[in-house]
Amino acid sequence: MDAEAAKLIGAGLASTALIGAGVGIGTIFGNFLLGALRNPSAADGQFARALLGFALCEATGLYGLVMAFIILFAF
Amino acid sequence: MHSPLEQFEIHRLIHLNLGGFDASFTNASLFMVIVSVLVTMLLTLPMRRATMVPGRWQSVVEMSYEFVASMLSDNAGKGSSKYFPFVFTLFMFILGCNLMGLVPFTYTVTSQIIVTFAFAIVINLGVTVLGLAKHGPGWLRLFVPSGVPLVLLVILVPIEIVSYLSRPMSLSVRLFANMMGGHTILKVFGGFAVMLGMFGFVPWLAIVAVTALEFLVAVLQAYVFAILTCIYLSDALHVKH
Repeated sequence: MDAEAAKLIGAGLASTALIGAGVGIGTIFGNFLLGALRNPSAADGQFARALLGFALCEATGLYGLVMAFIILFAF
Repeated sequence: MHSPLEQFEIHRLIHLNLGGFDASFTNASLFMVIVSVLVTMLLTLPMRRATMVPGRWQSVVEMSYEFVASMLSDNAGKGSSKYFPFVFTLFMFILGCNLMGLVPFTYTVTSQIIVTFAFAIVINLGVTVLGLAKHGPGWLRLFVPSGVPLVLLVILVPIEIVSYLSRPMSLSVRLFANMMGGHTILKVFGGFAVMLGMFGFVPWLAIVAVTALEFLVAVLQAYVFAILTCIYLSDALHVKH
């Protein structure tokens, strides 16, 4: 296989990290909503934590993006 | 067609060479200075004429102060108020840099890994030194989880050590990747809008949505950076294991 083609495939594979990030963000907000609907009075106090989880989770997907950029532009 | 990564290029504005060391004043340095000046102005000017009943700008200052103060006391606990100035400066500077980058034609300082890595390594070295100075060798108990059978410790201690050592990496890459990823996506969609001509409004709508998300991410990542600093600080101040 051509090295250039392998690079593109590798970058595409690295982008699949976003699958996990998507699942994670869905899980966080889905579970937050589940809990919030059961106990709406406690929901406001926990929203900051849900956002913290969202930010940490989104970052893992972006690690994959960084890997893709390194594969594409650094080699 | 310009590359979407062109916006992260560093240009030298004033050439400076200190004994073979390139210390030029670049566009990144310029925006760091701008952010520092703006944040200092935001925080000091309204407090010059501070009143009992706060005005609009004074409320902003007081709210950001209380926000960081409660974050620190919630996460780092007793004895952490000494480090409030550091965490507050860190939070306001990163928040300023992140938000500054959302203004068109500006430069996002935090989209450079060296900037975020410098922050992260200073925080982690400082926290390590602080922990050792405060607890002595007993601080190393941090790496030994309590209530675990001896057989498992053989596996767990190396894992704890590796996770501790990878903290500066994950802390810096998290902020850098969020900033760089968001700005690249904006540029890519901008390219689509230009290419599509008449139908360019479709990607334009996506740009509006992504910009709104970027505002959220800019504030959140500054918050996450500060809160993780608080948690690392708490590890140094109180050995829990």
